[in-house]
Amino acid sequence: MDLTLSDRHRALRADLREFIARHGHRSPPVGGGGGRKRPDQRVLDWQSLLIEHGFAARSVPTRYGGYGAEHDVLDAALITEAFNAAGISLGIQGQGIRMLVPTLLEVGNEEQRRRWIGPTIRGELHWAQGYSEPEAGSDLASLRTRAHVEDGNFVINGQKIWTSSAHYADMMFLLVRTEPDRPKHLGISYLLLPMATSGIEVRPLATMTGHATFNEVFFTDVRLPTDQIVLGRGDGWKVANVTLKHERMLLGDSSKLVHRLHRLRALLAETVVDGAPLLSRPVWRDRFLRLQGEVLAGKYHQMRLLSEASRDQDSGLGLLVVKYYGTTLAWRLATLAVDALGEAGLAYEPHDEVGEDSAATAWYADWMYDLGLIIGGGSSNIQKNIIAERGLGMPREPKPMGGA
Amino acid sequence: MDFGLSEDQRQFGEALRRFLSDRVTMELRRAGGDAALWAGLTELGVPGLLVPEEAGGAGLGMLDAALVGEALGRHAAPTPFLGSAVLAPVALRSTAHLPELAAGRMRVAVGLGALTGSTGTCTLRRDGGRISGNLTGLIDAAGATHLLLALPDGALALVAAYAEGVTLRPRPSLDRLRPLADVDLTAAPAEWLAADAARVLDAGRVVLAAETLGAAQSMLDQAVVYAGQRRQFGRSIASFQGVKHACAEMAAWLEPCRAFVWYAAQAQDAPDAEAHLLACQVKAHLDEVARDVARHATEVHGGMGFTELLGLPFWFKRIAANRQVLGGPERCREEAAAAQGLAA
Ligand SMILES: Cc1cc2nc3c(=O)[nH]c(=O)nc-3n(C[C@H](O)[C@H](O)[C@H](O)COP(=O)(O)OP(=O)(O)OC[C@H]3O[C@@H](n4cnc5c(N)ncnc54)[C@H](O)[C@@H]3O)c2cc1C
Repeated sequence: MDLTLSDRHRALRADLREFIARHGHRSPPVGGGGGRKRPDQRVLDWQSLLIEHGFAARSVPTRYGGYGAEHDVLDAALITEAFNAAGISLGIQGQGIRMLVPTLLEVGNEEQRRRWIGPTIRGELHWAQGYSEPEAGSDLASLRTRAHVEDGNFVINGQKIWTSSAHYADMMFLLVRTEPDRPKHLGISYLLLPMATSGIEVRPLATMTGHATFNEVFFTDVRLPTDQIVLGRGDGWKVANVTLKHERMLLGDSSKLVHRLHRLRALLAETVVDGAPLLSRPVWRDRFLRLQGEVLAGKYHQMRLLSEASRDQDSGLGLLVVKYYGTTLAWRLATLAVDALGEAGLAYEPHDEVGEDSAATAWYADWMYDLGLIIGGGSSNIQKNIIAERGLGMPREPKPMGGA
Repeated sequence: MDFGLSEDQRQFGEALRRFLSDRVTMELRRAGGDAALWAGLTELGVPGLLVPEEAGGAGLGMLDAALVGEALGRHAAPTPFLGSAVLAPVALRSTAHLPELAAGRMRVAVGLGALTGSTGTCTLRRDGGRISGNLTGLIDAAGATHLLLALPDGALALVAAYAEGVTLRPRPSLDRLRPLADVDLTAAPAEWLAADAARVLDAGRVVLAAETLGAAQSMLDQAVVYAGQRRQFGRSIASFQGVKHACAEMAAWLEPCRAFVWYAAQAQDAPDAEAHLLACQVKAHLDEVARDVARHATEVHGGMGFTELLGLPFWFKRIAANRQVLGGPERCREEAAAAQGLAA
């Protein structure tokens, strides 16, 4: 284990200090219940500033519009740590940047990488993930939205549901059934679809946060050139699993936990009851310290995983626990915050496209949205099935018989 | 920068695991251990791990010690490792005792209760240059040649176990494999040590956390194996989701602990405020996680887990006892709070 900072890392740390001192005030605000807004100009400007300095899209090759640095665990950790400590935004963390881009880098073709990665990392193209359907939630592979080929086009019909940010997305990566005669996992394809295509209807769904975060999406004879497929026909399940791997990392990202712990600490320090800050009261302090221990474990675990990934080592079980660990812990961090806010925190006024939420509203929105993240991206029970089966080698769940 | 174990560490770990699976049998645990085990570990260089090379040791760091602790916990091994190979070498740094420690001949019982909010008795006091008073709950006392003692003012002293004025009384412990002892001192001759007691304590906490990690990991592994073999309702109990999910939860709690232990251990080689915070938090966190693992892993075994037939209680009790030693999680969190300026 070599945790020493090389000269290069010390230089990066100095760069970060200087960058934050000079540009920190330009950061958009952080937190508040998930991606409910299209990035505004401030977010976009911040994103391009980050890429220019190599603090976002750092290891995406320059030919695709990234910064093109060697992948280095400590770089990423130093950047995250400095930004978290300063309370400034790490840039856009959407499904495009965190899920589709790594998927294309892993299994996309050259044309797809050149076309989609650049605008996506700059925040110009926003992606929605079209996986879930009314009858295909946890049992995703039973999805029914279908596509047949006609004159060099896929023709798509069906419905998706719970599609986050589809109401403002430019693009969707989606799973459709193209080979209805094959076994259900082998009949799926992974497509890249512009949301402006005719035949797509998006209907927002109200959620418990009061923010419009997700939608139903209906497809009626939607036409898409057949080259807008990642890998080949019937390979969709394989590609979907590449994306899901990155989704687990995104949803369980420990830098979010660290950042939230910082916010929580500040909240407990500034919330004064009967003349004493909550953080100085043993009962509250102990709740905070227990969570701190759990966050530290998550933080160093992520450094281990990143280090293993940079060595092309398969982390196995280590990777599989991340989503369950991170989302349940994030929720408990927000839980302590809403308890600390107490009665005064009940003034809940969510804003949608315009305006910023108050601190209390943002905590409550996070708290509720986190419950959504415990369900989304494979619920906790499904994560536990995966951990037990793939991680611990326990028997698989019974599979329903037959095809789709 | 590389966050992981070196090739040397992996190879040494392998050798140690082979040795321990060979030697630490259930019979040995039931017998409470034997002298040959420590002799064998001495041949592998374990007692001198933290002793500098010029004093006959291996001159390795706290991460190496933690890895050994993890392996010993995994095997619920009865050894004086914590006292003689971790706490003593840190406390006796740059004294003439190091070669004896490295050779495995010096065995040190440790009583730091005065500094860890112990619920036992501690009336130790300076008596001229000597020590008088009583202390309960010394660890690793079996076969001890010396006692390492902390006084309430933070001073550390080394006392020969057979010196005049020293009465050491062994006492049964919940963890039969880590015996305790009480000591009465009447103007016992003492060698006062220059080492910082807080550093000694932190080293011990990190290694206890590692040992607890190993013990909890073993309990999870045993639960998964047992669940795969046991059949009820005509199928393997491992195919019941309640059992699978219990195991998955244990894995999800435990897996991130490994990197936490590594990092906290490594930090002790350059002790600072963060290293102290990490030592407190890693022990507290492992104590909490392992308590749940110990409970659920036992439950997966059904009645078999409750009995001594498979020996599972050896791990259960190691975890339970480690929690109370060198400061329980509440105490550790109080110190962690103070370390970051949060205590009132
Ligand atoms: C905030 C949020 C954002 C989302 N964003 C998107 C998105 O952008 N794109 C997208 O495609 N989808 C999205 N989803 C959908 C999400 O992936 C699904 O909600 C999730 O996979 C669960 O499916 P379901 O809702 O149909 O629940 P069900 O599958 O009906 O599950 C209901 C309950 O049954 C349990 N259950 C189901 N099967 C099993 C089993 N085999 N063993 C044990 N328990 C089981 C589940 O754990 C759960 O508790 C999002 C969901 C949320 C909440």
